[in-house]
Amino acid sequence: MVRLFALALFAALLPGLAAADPAKDTLSLGMVLEPPVLDPTANAAAAISEIVYANVFEGLVRIDSAGRVQPALAQSWTISPDGLTYTFHLRHDVTFSDGTKFDCAIVQFSYGRAAAPDSINPQKQFFLPITSTTCPDPYTAVVTMKEPRSNFLFDMGWADAVMVAPNSEPTNKTHPIGTGPFLFQRWLRGDRVELVRNPHYWGRPAKLKSVTFRFIADPSAATDALLAGDLDAFPLFPAPEAVARFKSDPRFHVAIGTTEGKTILALNNTRKPFTDLRVRRALAYAIDRKALIEGAMSGYGTPIGSHYVPIDPGYIDLTGLYPYDPAKARTLLAAAGVKPGTTLTLTLPPPPYARRGGEIIAAMLQQVGLNVKLIPIEWAQWLDQVFKRSDFDMTIVAHVEPRDLDIYARPHYYFEYHSAAYDKLYAEYASARGDAEKLTLVKALQRKLAEDEPNVFLFALPKIGVWNAKLHGLWADDPLPVNDVTDVYWAP
Amino acid sequence: MIAFLVRRTLVLALSLLAASLVVFLVLQVLPGDPAALILGVNARPDTLAALHRELGLDRPDWLRYLAWLRDLATGSLGRSYTYDVPVANLIAERLPVSLPLAAIAVLLATTLAIPVGVAAAARRGGAGDLALMAGSQIGMAIPDFWLGLLLILFFALRLAWLPASGFPGWAAGAWPGLRALLLPAIALALPQAAILARVTRSAVLETLQADYVRTARAKGLTRAAALWRHAVPNAMIPVVTIIGLQFSFLIAGTVIIENVFTLPGLGRLVFQAIEQRDLIVVQDLVVLLAGCVIAVNFLVDLVYAGLDPRLGRL
Repeated sequence: MVRLFALALFAALLPGLAAADPAKDTLSLGMVLEPPVLDPTANAAAAISEIVYANVFEGLVRIDSAGRVQPALAQSWTISPDGLTYTFHLRHDVTFSDGTKFDCAIVQFSYGRAAAPDSINPQKQFFLPITSTTCPDPYTAVVTMKEPRSNFLFDMGWADAVMVAPNSEPTNKTHPIGTGPFLFQRWLRGDRVELVRNPHYWGRPAKLKSVTFRFIADPSAATDALLAGDLDAFPLFPAPEAVARFKSDPRFHVAIGTTEGKTILALNNTRKPFTDLRVRRALAYAIDRKALIEGAMSGYGTPIGSHYVPIDPGYIDLTGLYPYDPAKARTLLAAAGVKPGTTLTLTLPPPPYARRGGEIIAAMLQQVGLNVKLIPIEWAQWLDQVFKRSDFDMTIVAHVEPRDLDIYARPHYYFEYHSAAYDKLYAEYASARGDAEKLTLVKALQRKLAEDEPNVFLFALPKIGVWNAKLHGLWADDPLPVNDVTDVYWAP
Repeated sequence: MIAFLVRRTLVLALSLLAASLVVFLVLQVLPGDPAALILGVNARPDTLAALHRELGLDRPDWLRYLAWLRDLATGSLGRSYTYDVPVANLIAERLPVSLPLAAIAVLLATTLAIPVGVAAAARRGGAGDLALMAGSQIGMAIPDFWLGLLLILFFALRLAWLPASGFPGWAAGAWPGLRALLLPAIALALPQAAILARVTRSAVLETLQADYVRTARAKGLTRAAALWRHAVPNAMIPVVTIIGLQFSFLIAGTVIIENVFTLPGLGRLVFQAIEQRDLIVVQDLVVLLAGCVIAVNFLVDLVYAGLDPRLGRL
């Protein structure tokens, strides 16, 4: 009897042993962080766009897996020769999942809300150059700008610029209503968000019937969940040290790509000794980027020589400008009057690239005679002390916003880089018309930053994706922080 | 008895008020701005100011404290900065995970520890006793989160009997929910059971020496009858004390264990809220947990009175 009971118990504990369903059409996808809300126009958390971008919410345009601007709710557009007027031709057949019709009034509402005085859009600066959005007919939206913006279309492809309807706007934070190929099903806070296929989608219907996004912060728990089959995919896998294990396992596919994350050793340019260009260059010579990537990221990551990543248009490789050369670093430091044994602090936010990278960089700077005091802090503290008050010597951080060369042209930004020449160059780039001119200028900007070396540019954060070998259609690179599952399917 | 209850309830209310003030003051000192975390590194100063107004963070501290006390009194507990929903809802969503988890862990720990401890005391110095002493030593030394990882490796990865992480929700049925809670409950229970078994053993050993047990044996009771009817009931006071104390440790333990097993419970909520500077949620949870500990102490006192009628007359 006891035996029988034990057998029954075992049978109940065992997961279904029946042959795998040949036509699997569900997906369980892992993410490190849970989104606080689900409205990407009201909160900057990348976890929001990693769920709703392209899947639930769509903008007039969208960014594809290669970082190019593609039509979405606008099927085409024209730009006036002076670069000041954008005329978007909207799709006629689009409705929100609650039945609200999509037309030019929605565009007016969405852009107007983002630029309003009480707007809490994290990228409000994208919308401020807009003077008006007018509707000559319901399916034409004319956006007029104060000044030309060469990145305007790309910016409108961000999750912060998706279309939201006035009637669902107040509840989008907890129950998002969009125009995308998936519908929000439910949010089990702390554990998962579930989406299901939108049967009334205007475009090509999604191949998956349902998608579950599960939140697993602990790197070893993430590994275990994949190995146990609880998860089908972890597109931004948090444990580079565990990748070898998946590479040797035929059940899994490992995709190593690049994100927009520019990992830098940021320096306080208003503090001595970083006010001296020779010191900043000395630090660049003192750091062996290859060894750093090996030690901090298990070898995954691409060295960069400026504030730009290889997947972006106009990238130039400037890593040769300051090759690893401790002797030269020592000479430069001596010339700048920095005595051996000088103590500097290095403030480290929580991510492993910073904590592990910090220890390695401290050891490398020790080699050139600098004493580095490591100060680990939380994100909230980092945002307050380093980012808001610029109270730091050095810090390690990854800037994940795409193509954010503008931060070096801001009047105040935490590393306090000020260069009239750069500002002028950036203004020309921001208003450039024509792709050739834009490319020339983006190269000049990268070169200017590498020459001035306001921060030591370290490496581009990798996108380490691990997923079931039968799964297809997930992005290899991350030109935006998103998990676009609209084209994902299972191979039979 | 009524005076006793009234007195205890008053003490409970005052303790909670004191806890609320301490928590509020401590959190004001904590650096970090929830609005900055919500809006990220590209936000403009005017956007931050707009969000401060929306969240009510532009009001003076004392006003925010009073507003929070009002929210506590009405039971809404305020609105979460990060999630933008009433905190009461967030807690209500998490309780069905944390309460069963703690209950299963306490149940497992006591049903395992008390019989084992009593048996070891009854055969003091025997092979079983030695095994228990050694086993409990190991059990006490193993941190629960590490035990959790070992359990995942063996039962979830090697044998694939139980899920490695996550919680499907009770809506998916009682059994899938219990399956998800089983490994974390074991991870929480075993170290507690080790301590409890040792306490039970030494308490029973003590009462076995007592005069009334010898008298009972002299009256002709069997060893077993004397043990279960006289020695064990009298040994329960220290055991109940430890169970009460362990409850506070369990609450602390769930914060870590819920992160290891990615369970959407109160522990994970408080952890995320601290990281996100969702101060209102942190305040509410600390007061709630302090209230739980106070309530459990109160319960323990009541159980004492039941176990030893002399204490009820105090």
